Amino acid sequence: MSGGFLFQAVVYLTAAVVCVPVAKRLGMGSVLGYLIAGILIGPFMLGFIGEEGGDIMHFAEFGVVMMLFLIGLELDPGKFLKMWKSIAGMGGLQVGITAAILFGGLWIFGFTWQAALASGLALALSSTAIVLQTMKEKGMMQTTSGKGSFSVLLFQDIAVIPILALLPLLGAQVHETGAHGHTLLDDLPGWLQTLAVLGSVGVIILAGRYLVVPFLRLIARTRLRELFTASALLIVISIAFLMESVGLSAALGTFLGGVVLANSEFRHELESDLEPFKGLLLGLFFIAVGASINFHLIAGNPARIALLVSAIMLVKALVLAAVGFRFGIRKDQLLLFFLGLSQVGEFAFVLFAFISQLGILDDDWTGIMMAVTAISMTVTPLVLLVNEKLLMPRMATGKAEPGPMDSIDEHHKVILVGFAHFGSTVGRFLRANGVDATILDSDSDRVDLLRKMGFNVYYGDATRPELLESAGAADAKLLVTAIDSPETNLRVVEMVQKHFPHLEIIVRARNRIDAYELMDLGVKNIYRESIDTSVRMGVDILRKLGHRAYSLHRAAQRFIRHDEEAMWKLAGERHDKGKYITRVREEIAIQERILNDDRHYNPSASDHAWDSEQLRDATKSKPRKDNENR
Amino acid sequence: MSLKKILILFAHPRYEQSRSNRVLLSHVPRRSHITVRDLYEAYPDFDVDIDHEKELLAQHDIIILHHPFYWYHAPPLIKQWIDMVLEFGWAYGPGGNALKDKLALNVITSGGARDVYAHDARNRFTVREFLAPFEQTFRLCQVHYLPPFAVQGTHRLADAELEALGAQYCELLLKLSEPGFSHDAVNDYEFLNDWILNSPEKT
Repeated sequence: MSGGFLFQAVVYLTAAVVCVPVAKRLGMGSVLGYLIAGILIGPFMLGFIGEEGGDIMHFAEFGVVMMLFLIGLELDPGKFLKMWKSIAGMGGLQVGITAAILFGGLWIFGFTWQAALASGLALALSSTAIVLQTMKEKGMMQTTSGKGSFSVLLFQDIAVIPILALLPLLGAQVHETGAHGHTLLDDLPGWLQTLAVLGSVGVIILAGRYLVVPFLRLIARTRLRELFTASALLIVISIAFLMESVGLSAALGTFLGGVVLANSEFRHELESDLEPFKGLLLGLFFIAVGASINFHLIAGNPARIALLVSAIMLVKALVLAAVGFRFGIRKDQLLLFFLGLSQVGEFAFVLFAFISQLGILDDDWTGIMMAVTAISMTVTPLVLLVNEKLLMPRMATGKAEPGPMDSIDEHHKVILVGFAHFGSTVGRFLRANGVDATILDSDSDRVDLLRKMGFNVYYGDATRPELLESAGAADAKLLVTAIDSPETNLRVVEMVQKHFPHLEIIVRARNRIDAYELMDLGVKNIYRESIDTSVRMGVDILRKLGHRAYSLHRAAQRFIRHDEEAMWKLAGERHDKGKYITRVREEIAIQERILNDDRHYNPSASDHAWDSEQLRDATKSKPRKDNENR
Repeated sequence: MSLKKILILFAHPRYEQSRSNRVLLSHVPRRSHITVRDLYEAYPDFDVDIDHEKELLAQHDIIILHHPFYWYHAPPLIKQWIDMVLEFGWAYGPGGNALKDKLALNVITSGGARDVYAHDARNRFTVREFLAPFEQTFRLCQVHYLPPFAVQGTHRLADAELEALGAQYCELLLKLSEPGFSHDAVNDYEFLNDWILNSPEKT
């Protein structure tokens, strides 16, 4: 029952828009919401979509590819190398042991050894999409369980490649080109295939480093936002295409591409451009998973499937628990780690399809295994929900697990927007005092230059909440805007107040009028760019006329204070007078008020400290005993 | 032997209104072995340049802290200077021998006359007793601390009296810098003013 593209789009989007908020409201997370939406509109419930669910899934797998690109972006090569030990160690142990146990179990269960081995390997993999999405949503990526999960998932994504290579060797039939893997290289001899694979990895690294960044700079200079988005998509899709055509995992390739670009100034801009696409595609993917669950099959054999699902998840969980414990994950974090990764992942769909084509497993079993996979994925958010609501509170360790590994703050506390002459001074001063701010600037040439000098600068338009989001606004403490254009400054302030109300805003204002507009927005920390400098100039002029430095120093501070007080006072009165006077008229009116105020301002009033003349006058008129202690 | 070099560290937050200090400073001989350092002019923001001050100390033999006697003590920049410049391991403590055997004294101006600084008078302590922290500070730095030179009762001093005191200050500086001067000669005086007045060469 498909009524054309628009109808399908309406069905999918309606399902998502209805189910996800409900699921979130019930505390279940968006993944379960999408899955339920998929089940609802699938062929076995409302029947809005039929068998094309599978095709949609293939298309939507691209969400996973994008997610890995984005994950790669957040992981520069240095960090990646540091994590290598836990990736290889935890991931290797988990995949190896799980596959071995499942192989044994299935063999005893009556599978041929080839089928048991192939299935065991496929079932050992977990779902990157579900786990990472859930972890990100709950903000657990930086916890020990989050990092552990990430390591294991990354290893699994890499392991898919050798598994795919191994499967044909297990095949009973002669190698046919399957739906998955018609690659350009099939007709080439083995060594050339290997060479091509290595070559394309090299291409990604080299192109990422020497081609993509200059290309993005060129695009950025056009100042067309949609062109940048198009370029971001082009990069990801090109990598995926290249990888698929040499028979590698597209997810792995884009992950690599992400890592290569993680050091570039476009990191945050790429992130914010791709984020919505990733989110939508992943949602679509989960809906497709939900829709593809074959309830007829389950209905025909409910006990067997239930048993299989629980047995497989149990085995996976136990192995993960042991591996996690071995690698120092403890208590509630360990619980989260092994429960979170206990499902069978989306790669199983691909692998079982391939296994079936190779004739290793018959159609019935393939269907059952697919169902097991889909069910285990659907169950995961429920398991995590149970964990969160019932098990975690009983662990009584509370949320904050002590230990240096946990809750590492990856982002900087200060976000500095605008790195022209004003912002750069602020940034340099902070840096000179050991505070490295995350810097955002919209001039790609300047960004390029500053990065060469070792500054932590990123390219992007700071009036977009997504860019601030990926720059770490959620974890930051202060947001400094030092942009030249007062209008842009105002827009940034309004956006930050709306989306990140927890950030304390510190703003550069060009002059008094700008300051008033910022005051109207409720900003407290306003810095007019010229006040300190012009007073300092006045100080030096007076000094050249023979005034004493220290007296001037005090007078200058007092004058600035007087000026700021006058500014706040006038800001209040400003609204009382007619709102229709123009800006220029207003400036003149204000100038007049200030000059009038200054006439009553006595720089030395209430300052008699160290004033010996006054003392002398007093002693002259009084008997000698008073005031002579000085 | 060459002349002893004198460093005058002058500190007055309102110098423009201090008649007595203007007169005193105008009598400082303009000689190459006498350096006048106007601390409030150099450090209006109290950000004392430690290295520069240390270098100046190393170049001189006699350190004079010249300041008004506010609230029985020096103005705050003098304290800031002491806190920042007289570093551990340089001025005192292990290896802190940079100032060893130099001479130091306070030159003060006070509104109160000499006779109110006595045990039975209104200020209850002598000037020398009020200066005890300076004495001990310099002793810790292995510096010989000399009696103060004081211009007191400044509010009541006539211009001519002040000029005379200025001339004494000038004479003091010249006598201190003589190659043969030894601190033993002045230790027993309460004020160096008395040493100058009693000295046989006085004209």
